Amino acid sequence: MTDAVADPISSARGQAQLTTADGIPLKTALAIAQSKARRRAFLLVLPLLAFVLITFVAPIGQMLYRSVHNPAFSDNAPALAVWFEANPTGTEPDEAAYEALVSDLRAMRENKTQGVAGTRINYDLAGSRSLFTSTARKSAKMEPPFKEAVLDADEDWADPQLWQVMRTASSAYTANFYLAALDRTRDENGNIVRVNENRRLYVGNFIKTMLLSALITGCCLVLGYPIAHLLATLPLRHSNLLMIFVLLPFWTSLLVRTTSWIVLLQSQGVVNDTLVAVGVVADESRIQMIYNQTGTIVAMVHILLPFMVLPLYSVMRPINPSYVRAARSLGATSWTAFRRIYVPQTVPGMGAGGLLVFILAVGYYITPALVGGASGQLISNFIAFHMQKSLNWSLAAALAALLLACILLLYWLYDRLIGIDNLKLG
Amino acid sequence: MADTNTEDAFVEFDRVQKSYDGEVLVVKDLNLSMPKGEFLTMLGPSGSGKTTCLMMLAGFETATNGEIRLGGKEINNIPPHKRGIGMVFQNYALFPHMTVNENLSFPLEVRGMGRDERESKVARALDMVQMGAFGNRRPAQLSGGQQQRIALARALVFDPKLVLMDEPLGALDKQLREHMQYEIKHLHESLGITVVYVTHDQSEALTMSDRVAVFDDGRIQQLAAPADLYERPENSFVAQFIGENNKLSGTVESKSGDTATVRLTDGETCQALAVSCGDVGSETLISIRPERISVAAESGPNSTSADVKELIYLGDHIRCRLNVHGNDDFVVKVPNSAGHEHLVVGEKTQVTWAVEDARALNPL
Ligand SMILES: Nc1ncnc2c1ncn2[C@@H]1O[C@H](COP(=O)(O)OP(=O)(O)OP(=O)(O)O)[C@@H](O)[C@H]1O
Ligand SMILES: [Mg+2]
Repeated sequence: MTDAVADPISSARGQAQLTTADGIPLKTALAIAQSKARRRAFLLVLPLLAFVLITFVAPIGQMLYRSVHNPAFSDNAPALAVWFEANPTGTEPDEAAYEALVSDLRAMRENKTQGVAGTRINYDLAGSRSLFTSTARKSAKMEPPFKEAVLDADEDWADPQLWQVMRTASSAYTANFYLAALDRTRDENGNIVRVNENRRLYVGNFIKTMLLSALITGCCLVLGYPIAHLLATLPLRHSNLLMIFVLLPFWTSLLVRTTSWIVLLQSQGVVNDTLVAVGVVADESRIQMIYNQTGTIVAMVHILLPFMVLPLYSVMRPINPSYVRAARSLGATSWTAFRRIYVPQTVPGMGAGGLLVFILAVGYYITPALVGGASGQLISNFIAFHMQKSLNWSLAAALAALLLACILLLYWLYDRLIGIDNLKLG
Repeated sequence: MADTNTEDAFVEFDRVQKSYDGEVLVVKDLNLSMPKGEFLTMLGPSGSGKTTCLMMLAGFETATNGEIRLGGKEINNIPPHKRGIGMVFQNYALFPHMTVNENLSFPLEVRGMGRDERESKVARALDMVQMGAFGNRRPAQLSGGQQQRIALARALVFDPKLVLMDEPLGALDKQLREHMQYEIKHLHESLGITVVYVTHDQSEALTMSDRVAVFDDGRIQQLAAPADLYERPENSFVAQFIGENNKLSGTVESKSGDTATVRLTDGETCQALAVSCGDVGSETLISIRPERISVAAESGPNSTSADVKELIYLGDHIRCRLNVHGNDDFVVKVPNSAGHEHLVVGEKTQVTWAVEDARALNPL
């Protein structure tokens, strides 16, 4: 008996390679047989792959690149770059430095790039753009000694901070935009310090964005869980009808939905009018419910609710009612059965819905822009500002990259805590 | 045991009715009482209301009318978790997010039992179903038969007086099912629990139960011990549902004592035991078990001629399909005993059966 079992095993091991009947090695034959199907499958996904590469990977790569690369100054100040190279940080700018400055300014004037270069410096040191434009205008007539000539033109050039900023900007690659996005800057000696209290914008807003998004996610979960449960337990024909109401917001324009919240919540709006009419609040003290954080939260919860309900529903629907019944028959009250048996089985849905709503909320732009007022602005509104108004794309890119990093961090945390395989999106 | 005294009844259904939609009665007038320690099986075709009865007993459905009593107390208004009834579901309903140990300690935890006591009880219950080594697995990591054992252990771990099982073996293959039947029966005997068991597999019902309640159309058609059910069906539904059965329809011509003379559709008469046929003149259906008919016997009260239509060789016996009294589907089991004469298809022969084996029942 043992021999009979051992024999085929040892012979299989003894053979170097398994072959097909024609003598081709089995692995090769398998690869040949499968490669055609694999090639065809690849051709089918090729359009999508190209689409994703062109519309997703490339722009994001471009954006990340922009956040660390800005050649606006370095391209236009080659002579200064040489001087900075030769002299370490903290060196007092000497005659050679000013000579390099003047030669660069003359070149800028010729190429009409003093504005571009000045803007780059202006990002790090407000008010220095005009320094460049005015001094560049005068640079043609300057004669040695250049230090005096330049300082005659504008004594702000003696500012050591300015020289420090030009030093970092003389290299196209810089982490300064990330520093700016984190409310940090470099002092004259190149040390990283926090910016003035009244100019600290972004870190606080990042935290506010995260907290508001968490709050919105929490609201969506609290509101969405009972709805999803109801949908999942109703007979299919009723639940399909209700599902249409859940999906209704998807069929109306985002703009219309957001503005209808304005109609409802503004101080002369329907809700306030009703409250005044009923006498709950006085006419002078109408409640401010829009153009602030409250408005942002209300409108965003409304818009993002379906993204919570759908994954929850898809997880709840297949949960067999016999689990809860089993728990009840084993002696659990209906609350215990719900808490210990039902809820744990919906964790994948809560995770998926929570992650979806949170990530959407963190990047939401239009609703806070419309109903957020001053206090309801989220980080994406700042990104939009730098993209459209201040045209500091590098800073916008740095802010966006930090946002992306935050989301990836959260995703990683989620994976560690709950497990990404525990996610059910549909 | 059929005539159980209602006073020491443990589980009692008293004129229970149930309707889900207010239009159709799914359970119509259910009366049942079972003593402590009994193994009672509800057997019946699909949709006959077995699960509904079990759910009413467990407390997941409310009886529309009538009373359900457990241990003498009415339980209609007691919520399921206070009934202390163990239940095995058809799909096992093991909590997928808990290990086997956690599944088993759940009923003990919700009863506020201490940790040590819980652990020892869980270990004992697992040993009882020979699953001691699987405590740390998740249900998804177990085979169907193993899940079944865990579900059984979970229903027993908190020492319920009554255990309900709704087709617990329905998802298992034949061999495993037979093995588990034996084990469930064994547990029932050693633990002395009362079991209500639902199945639509009649051999399962016959082998496991003390008594079987045959359900059809929301009523118990017959409640009897397995042997009685097979040998003494009280109506034609039971006769047809349990085992194989030959039917001859006719009208009652005369009755004397227990014996009825029935005029069959082909004009001949037949003597039968009057079980539930009506008075003279009423329609009846005579039921005869295939193994109670002897072939080629010359004499007897119900001797008649038969055409051999088909023979199927089954080893220990030969199944003959005959034409008897115009019925083409008359089946006779001829034992394959030594020196037995074999029939030939097309041959004419003689069949006979005893009067007591022909039961005249009410036609449904
Ligand atoms: N929740 C319900 N709502 C409405 N009708 C129901 C419900 N549950 C069962 N029924 C109906 O009640 C009748 C009896 O159902 P039940 O589940 O008790 O049958 P069963 O004997 O257990 O059948 P099976 O052997 O197929 O499990 C069926 O006609 C069924 O359609
Ligand atoms: Mg059923």
